Amino acid sequence: MEFFWYVVLMGILAVYLVLDGYDFGAGIIHLFFADTEKDKKAITNSIGPFWDANEVWLIAAGGVLFFAFPTLYASSFSGFYLPLIMILWLLIFRAIGLEMRGQIHNHMWESIWDKAFGIASLLLALFFGIALGNIVRGVNLGMVQNGVSTQEAHYFFLPLWNPTFSPQANELGIIDWFTLFLGIVSVVALTIHGANWIIYKTNSALNPKLKKVVFALNIVLLVLVCISLQIWHFIEPKPFHNFVENPILWFFPLLTFVGILGLFKVRSFKKDGHGFVFSTFFLVGGFASTAVSIFPNVLPSTNKVNPSLTIYNTAAHEYGLSAGMSWFFIALALVIVYFIVQYRVFSGKMDDIGYGEH
Amino acid sequence: MEEMLFYDRMQFAFTITFHYLFPQLTMGLSLIIVYFKWKYLKTKDEHYNHATHFWMKIFALNFAMGVVTGIPMEFQFGTNWAKFSELTGGIIGQTLAMEGMFSFFLESSFLGLFLFGEKLLGHKWHFVTGLLIMIGSWASGFLIIATHSWMQNPVGYEILENGKFVLNNFQALFLNPWLWPSYLHNQAASLVTSSFVVAGIGAFYILSKKNVSFGKLFLKTGVVFGLISSIVVAVPTGDLAAKNVVKYQPVTFAAMEGIFHTEKKGSEIVLIGQPDVKDKKLDNKIAVPNILSFLTYGNWDQEIKGLDQFEEDLHPTNISGLYYAYHIMVGLGTVFIGLMVLSLFQLIRGKLFHTKWLLWSLMFMMPFPYIANTTGWYTAELGRQPWLVYNLMRTASGASPTVSSGNTLFTLLGFIGLYLLLGMLFLLLVGKIINKGPHHVELSTEKI
Repeated sequence: MEFFWYVVLMGILAVYLVLDGYDFGAGIIHLFFADTEKDKKAITNSIGPFWDANEVWLIAAGGVLFFAFPTLYASSFSGFYLPLIMILWLLIFRAIGLEMRGQIHNHMWESIWDKAFGIASLLLALFFGIALGNIVRGVNLGMVQNGVSTQEAHYFFLPLWNPTFSPQANELGIIDWFTLFLGIVSVVALTIHGANWIIYKTNSALNPKLKKVVFALNIVLLVLVCISLQIWHFIEPKPFHNFVENPILWFFPLLTFVGILGLFKVRSFKKDGHGFVFSTFFLVGGFASTAVSIFPNVLPSTNKVNPSLTIYNTAAHEYGLSAGMSWFFIALALVIVYFIVQYRVFSGKMDDIGYGEH
Repeated sequence: MEEMLFYDRMQFAFTITFHYLFPQLTMGLSLIIVYFKWKYLKTKDEHYNHATHFWMKIFALNFAMGVVTGIPMEFQFGTNWAKFSELTGGIIGQTLAMEGMFSFFLESSFLGLFLFGEKLLGHKWHFVTGLLIMIGSWASGFLIIATHSWMQNPVGYEILENGKFVLNNFQALFLNPWLWPSYLHNQAASLVTSSFVVAGIGAFYILSKKNVSFGKLFLKTGVVFGLISSIVVAVPTGDLAAKNVVKYQPVTFAAMEGIFHTEKKGSEIVLIGQPDVKDKKLDNKIAVPNILSFLTYGNWDQEIKGLDQFEEDLHPTNISGLYYAYHIMVGLGTVFIGLMVLSLFQLIRGKLFHTKWLLWSLMFMMPFPYIANTTGWYTAELGRQPWLVYNLMRTASGASPTVSSGNTLFTLLGFIGLYLLLGMLFLLLVGKIINKGPHHVELSTEKI
């Protein structure tokens, strides 16, 4: 039962990463590569009717985490207090950036909200990468000092950084060189993903340039992924043990590499949607591989006093979990129907839908 | 410890109070919008469709504000109330997760279609998307109040040895006797807010001699919806909700009504007075004898337990705040009924549109349902103190153990600053829409 909800939770998070990921990427492209008013309009039109529903996947993930793994929810949300609240603020800025821009026709007004949208998207991509890094690296559960827990075994608190920026220091921080590295991987990957979405959903004059950007960033991404495989050993000495035990799981790393290699052909794809498919492969594969490499842990402990948090020691009671299944499948079926309706109505190129114009 | 708890509570109170300014309008307004669209389908009178478009604009802005301020609420259970979440997550996480899966996906998927899809969908399907948005927002309210009701009156649970609350009866969450009166009371109150806003904007248009035909339509609609909802919010829903408090939280009821001492021969109802908690009395009291006993039990002489019947550490922590919140809500609710009865009377006589003092009153009454809704929620939440889960878990034991007060104050200040900005932007834009008026509001539908 725990495993079922773990798969549900990871599935929802993966969908969130793919869907809101392209929104963040579009925001980053908007910040750095959109020069003309037409480019900007094309970008906001391509995500306009979707971003709000995409964000709901994060809320759904929060809800499922809360009810299925309450101990993990309580421990991680209080322990990662500051960055989580900052993510909330950034989500608010992203939302009002998108929604406010078209309300008043004034050059200064528009450029303020353009920047709010772009910078918030960039920082969100960075923060979500850093968040993943923190979970892989683990935390000092129970806030052990000199071999003694100072808190209950599953609670902790991390400041934003420590003076050494080292993931192996005694006093950990949210941002260290390892988590920052994953943050950068996330920014690069989501920029590629966002560019692919814009190419897929618009006929903008930006598209040829974006294909070059995707190609160049893809080289960077390949280098970063190779480096990350090397530094992973600092953090997790045995990252492959689950893959060795269950060879079928090699599917996920394979998917990651299919995604990244496929993207090198971005300039010769026959259909505009192909790039988006490959960057989706990369994101889903990379995310799933990371989850598998630490399974069944969901938040490793960096000390020897307190055990890591796993799906088993953080899950809610059996009855609640099975009661949840009674409504979950109905809800999921409905969500799929909404999703199909939404993407069918807004299918094809969306250069001219006039999102945010009044 | 005390300081930390104070900031945790302040942050939740501040963010939820600000957040609920928006859903209380959108839940009721979605019903009125669906009504306008339905009237348009029936009569084909373009006025109704323009009215639909105008209120959709206001709705969309409020809805967006509700969404961006709503996400911090779900996160705060974990960030600031970790111990509470850990121990009760298996139960309240259930209803909160359902809200995400059933309501938010429905609303967010169809909002775009509702706002931009009228030409594409045709009027009938446009009406249906409006109805779906309304169902989504009302379901959201239902699941939140189911969560709230479990905290007020826990049901369907057992407590394990390690202190965790686990669910043992899923249906009980929705059959909770606290739930249905509270939910209907809340939805009626939401309709009060939106009716008063619709009527108030109507009065504004008539008085300023702009968009007068729309002003009359809004006023008429607002007054009819306003009278019905103002009555329903008091009887039966408010009455039933109060009787639940008497039954399940008698000490809260005593504090709400300002009854410090038990009166054997029936309790008076306090209209005005300032509680003096230290000396256990009310100053400058104006009260009517025996009415409270009659309203509560239908019996003039029935004894009602005063605060003196309960141990002090079971008393609500903020008796004065609770007393005022409740009395402001009830007082305003009475004014609302009176004003709407008068307005309907004038409407039937055909004189409402010329009765200037009444139009001015309706216009200036717009903020007050917001105050009544907010104080109503304060009554419920202050009344629950000192408990997080009534009679089972104290508020003091629910906060996050590792988050320092300095960090919470930092984020509280951040929320205050950010919400101040949001509030100003909201007022700017809503003023712009109202000033522009209905006829000129064209949704950019033809561009799809």
